[in-house]
Amino acid sequence: MAAASSAAFTGEKGTSPKHTIALFVSDKPGVLVRVALVFARRGYNIESLVVSPGKDPGYSRMTITCSGDPATLGQIIKQLAKLVDVLHAIDHTGQAIYETEIALIKIETAGNEERAELMQIAEHFGARVVDYGSDSTILRVYGNSEKLDALIRLLNDMTITELVRSGKMVMARGRATT
Amino acid sequence: MPIFDALVDSKIKLILTRHEQGATHMADGYARATGKPGVVLVTSGPGATNTVTGLLTALMDSVPVVVLAGQQIRAQLGKDAFQEADVTGITYPVVKHSYLVEDADDIPRIAREAFHLANSGRPGPVLIDLPKDVTQGPCDARFVDTVELPGYSVPVRGAPELIAEAAELLKAAKRPLLYVGHGAVISDAGKAVISLAEKLRAPIVNTLLGKGAADETHPLHLGMLGMHGTAYANKAVVDCDLIMAIGARWDDRITGKVDEFCTEAIKIHIDIDPAEFGKVIACDVCIEGDARLVVEDLVPLVEAADTEPWLAQCDRWRKQYPLRYPKQGGLRAQHVLHRLNELTRGDAIITTDVGQHQMWAAQFCRSTTNRHWISSGGAGTMGFGFPAAIGAQFAQPDKKVWAVVGDGGFQMTLSELATAAIHELDVNCLVINNNYLGMVRQWQEMFFENRLSGVDLEGNPDFVKLANSYGVRAWRIRRPADTDRILAEAQAHRGPALVVAEVVKEDNVFPMIPAGAPVSAMIIEKPTGRLEKPTGST
Repeated sequence: MAAASSAAFTGEKGTSPKHTIALFVSDKPGVLVRVALVFARRGYNIESLVVSPGKDPGYSRMTITCSGDPATLGQIIKQLAKLVDVLHAIDHTGQAIYETEIALIKIETAGNEERAELMQIAEHFGARVVDYGSDSTILRVYGNSEKLDALIRLLNDMTITELVRSGKMVMARGRATT
Repeated sequence: MPIFDALVDSKIKLILTRHEQGATHMADGYARATGKPGVVLVTSGPGATNTVTGLLTALMDSVPVVVLAGQQIRAQLGKDAFQEADVTGITYPVVKHSYLVEDADDIPRIAREAFHLANSGRPGPVLIDLPKDVTQGPCDARFVDTVELPGYSVPVRGAPELIAEAAELLKAAKRPLLYVGHGAVISDAGKAVISLAEKLRAPIVNTLLGKGAADETHPLHLGMLGMHGTAYANKAVVDCDLIMAIGARWDDRITGKVDEFCTEAIKIHIDIDPAEFGKVIACDVCIEGDARLVVEDLVPLVEAADTEPWLAQCDRWRKQYPLRYPKQGGLRAQHVLHRLNELTRGDAIITTDVGQHQMWAAQFCRSTTNRHWISSGGAGTMGFGFPAAIGAQFAQPDKKVWAVVGDGGFQMTLSELATAAIHELDVNCLVINNNYLGMVRQWQEMFFENRLSGVDLEGNPDFVKLANSYGVRAWRIRRPADTDRILAEAQAHRGPALVVAEVVKEDNVFPMIPAGAPVSAMIIEKPTGRLEKPTGST
């Protein structure tokens, strides 16, 4: 699998458009590798990948955000759908979907002034302080990826020591299938 | 070991080969000759990795092969134990599907699924990795008759509205062309294709792997298209106003430069695998379904279009640019293959290796019957031809089988002479020996100022003596005049026979479309000037 680039974490815009793909798969050994190989062989960069159990036992959900040549994407979707363990593969880019992502951000907070500024920013983004140490603070924030990107950009003036993002999850709105 | 032990008391026939690659190509040849899956049993580690080339060959050409690979006991997996390898991991990209069996009770279900997957829809290879302790059982599960694969469906008939749309386009075409591929062989669409061609009055071309689906000697058939296809087939491709792919996938050996391929023509694509739609060429109508069933559904919907001027033009090209070769200057592969065609007349199963001999065989051995032409197309696997012929001969013991191979590829799997010899298999092998990797030499001559590099097969053995040392009867052709007699003698000989044709060293395959060039840039006869280096892949 292509390694996630640091650009994705810092919210910088890449040159290739991003796509969001939802997969419904049988929970069989090797299914993740088979999916990853479809992307890797065609030079596609997987930026985030979320795998979780589905509603029924024996099935899993995968949400993949990726970037690369748009002309190749159609071929990737077809090749994913062709995998025996994939029940369906849907490109949700541009569709009516609800999406969310969680980020944990650890920030060095030496002085009171800095801490106060951090609290202000956190409040504005609905981020919650989940760990409050003498010289570092962990924020938890969720929302769409762009919101997380914006928060991280603002916090870049401070010292972010660690950043973990869950990767994007999506669900199609209304009666549409994810 | 437990599997081999069980085979002692089994009705299953075990053929011991000399190399796992040979075994995999034999299973492939068996499958292509019959349409039934060929099965390979190999040991773990290197035994399993030796099947990788055969798996790729089968995947690229949609051939049902099931590989049963032994594996270390479960407790040793991932611990670098003796002959342990991550075989499912190594083979992911070269299988249609694969299994690592973790519980003996899963074996009946997995075996059923594996054979279903291998030979349904678009066929392909399936691998089952079997840890030794799993194969020792106990297994309480019963064999199942049905498979439950919710992520796998097999299209059968095409959508009626799309078939109707295609029929309208076919009726309106003035210069239609039917382009037939391996999917037509697999689905046995030949008769339906001929009916469609006759009703529409449309010419037919086929790919290397499409040979035999529709009789190449039919008056509407223009032979093979593509890089080394006939000039008249390729001229028809350039000038047609509608091209319909029937179980073919617009391979780069067919399209040449994609941007300039049939830009003005309507394109229709029939394929059982929807992932082929739009992969290379954007088509006007794409019909997902079994090639035979879709064409059968099309036949009643079409009527004869006004194509007589087009057919007359195709016939003029056929007369103007026939396949030909110099009659002087020593023994030529083309002559030998032309005579082989006269001897076998489409009745023999012909397998080939990969290279110049393969293209000449495709040009001069005209295929009339389905599953009588077996060649490695997509993967272009040297070493395929001889073991594939052995597999085909096991599958069709009453058929004459000829492997046409070059001296390069033959040496990659020739140890299977022993397999042919011990089974007294009535398989014939024709080695076109020019002491070169001839196709690469041709490219170097034409495009690289004849700077030969890595193509001289100096050190070749005496193939006649080599065959004799395996107990295989062998002949040598040096003069054109001896060709008919020797080929007939070899074919009449019961048991394996090897014929070495010592052909002129430097000969080239024409016509030729340089890789990456448009079809219209086809070179029909040997050029005198220097040519640009090809932009497409070798």
